[in-house]
Amino acid sequence: MPKDNGYEAVMARKGDIVRSAVGVDYAQFESGSIAFDYEAMMRSTGYSLKDAIEIQRGYAVGSTPLIELKNITALVRKIAKDGYGARIFIKDEAANPSGSFKVRRAATSIFHAKRTGYPGALAATSGNYGAAVASCCAKSGLKCIVVQECYDSRGIGQPEIIEKARKCESLGAEVVQLSVGPELFYTVLRMLEDTGYFNASLYSAFGVIGIETLGWEVAHQCWEQIGKDPDVVVCTNAGGGNLTGTARGLLKAGSQAQVVAASVNLKGLHMASDTQFNKKSFTTGHTGFGMPFSTWPDRSDVPRSAARPLRYMDRYVTVGQGEVFYTTELLARLEGIERGPAGNTSLAAAISLAQELPESATVVVQETEYTGAGKHGCAQLSFARQNGIAVFLGDPKDEVPGESIVIPAHPGLLRAKDADLGHMRRSLIRHAASTVGHAPTDGDITFLAAETKTNEAFVKEALKA
Amino acid sequence: MAKKGDWVRIHSVVLPAGERAAAVPEDTQRVPLELWTKGYLRQDANLGDEVRVVTRTGRTEHGTLVDDAPHYEHSFGDFAPELQRAGDDAFRLLFGGED
Repeated sequence: MPKDNGYEAVMARKGDIVRSAVGVDYAQFESGSIAFDYEAMMRSTGYSLKDAIEIQRGYAVGSTPLIELKNITALVRKIAKDGYGARIFIKDEAANPSGSFKVRRAATSIFHAKRTGYPGALAATSGNYGAAVASCCAKSGLKCIVVQECYDSRGIGQPEIIEKARKCESLGAEVVQLSVGPELFYTVLRMLEDTGYFNASLYSAFGVIGIETLGWEVAHQCWEQIGKDPDVVVCTNAGGGNLTGTARGLLKAGSQAQVVAASVNLKGLHMASDTQFNKKSFTTGHTGFGMPFSTWPDRSDVPRSAARPLRYMDRYVTVGQGEVFYTTELLARLEGIERGPAGNTSLAAAISLAQELPESATVVVQETEYTGAGKHGCAQLSFARQNGIAVFLGDPKDEVPGESIVIPAHPGLLRAKDADLGHMRRSLIRHAASTVGHAPTDGDITFLAAETKTNEAFVKEALKA
Repeated sequence: MAKKGDWVRIHSVVLPAGERAAAVPEDTQRVPLELWTKGYLRQDANLGDEVRVVTRTGRTEHGTLVDDAPHYEHSFGDFAPELQRAGDDAFRLLFGGED
């Protein structure tokens, strides 16, 4: 009898499909209640940090330069109060083969897929991860499918996503493009079942351990270049893997740096809305992913996400779309480094955060991304205008996502805003409690304290409310 | 007329309007989930015909033929005066110079 490939039937087979496409039985990590053994899951890959470094070397990934942004730092010091304005460094991840840090997680995943005999790999992503997987598949001689959410119902595609499709194809991938909607996952499940390919999930442990090398390199390069730990490391946050992997790498290197998440503020825009899809100029690195994936990581395409950013996050700030375009312009005009806008979300935040810190402090921005047609400030602002968004110079606090993009009229107007991390932590705890039909066990409470980088008293208090 | 073996783009509907997942917002419920992919055409056909293609990974896909020898047209967009002005101002603020 032929398989039922209807929506409900395929979604019901989700567990089996994902298990064979990732090759991991997640049941072994479960406690039967809220808690699961996160570290055992991370160890279960069998790859150490040293292994990840070796694997990545094989794909020409990593060892990217850490560049001091002396002119942007000087600009910050002009607008900060006397004695303030931390040194800003940036990790030029655009120097990786696929043009972004994402290839670190692709390298470990695709190495594993090749080693374990999968005929190809599939990645569901509208972001830089597609090119990253395509790049590693090309090097490994594996077939590759990238599935993107790309178009609205008018057939109009985000220029940035279209550029990523082009890049994936140039690296040999088959690109499947979909209109807006979370049922992309249904298409992905069907393709995984039909092809037997490895699910190069952004959220598997294979991917996230690959980013640990980024944190490790940041710590070692800081010791080499400035003789000490960085004070703050800023990570753009969407699905949470970037921050999780970087923070784990910093910890493994013995660094005590404060880890700050930064996302583009897209408050009020629904990510699954057909009519709002093209009202935004950032396709990732924004609050539409950053907030929900931080407060509930297991919404991802694997039963237990390896990306658990609240475990490592000390602070969460947001910046406006106009502030990120402005920062991209500053990086080009003051430092002579032209990079893609989305990768500069954390740099925009760093320009604001550096003003709170003394001149002796150091802030590290841990990524850049490649730029090109579509992935460029002019391309994105043109597209925004075509979709009815007002673009003007002014005060970024007047920016309304989906209605306006405000380019700061002066660098002093760029200001990262703190998100309520306490609220997010409580949200995760309460959601976790709602997934079981009994009071959380002592083990659950210990687990939730680790999940939220808090303590048992905080968890108990959150559960009372 | 597209020829057998041509590199083409096809379009199909994965889920019709009204059969979308329950959690999808109302505006998205009203439109179908659509899919586009590319492959080598299995038979001669005209634009708008229902066709089969073999994709780069060797999968067979069905759909409506929408483009023959598809290419990219995305660009660097129009001139954005705000960005140039902001960059010029920041340069002057840091290094000095006339307005």
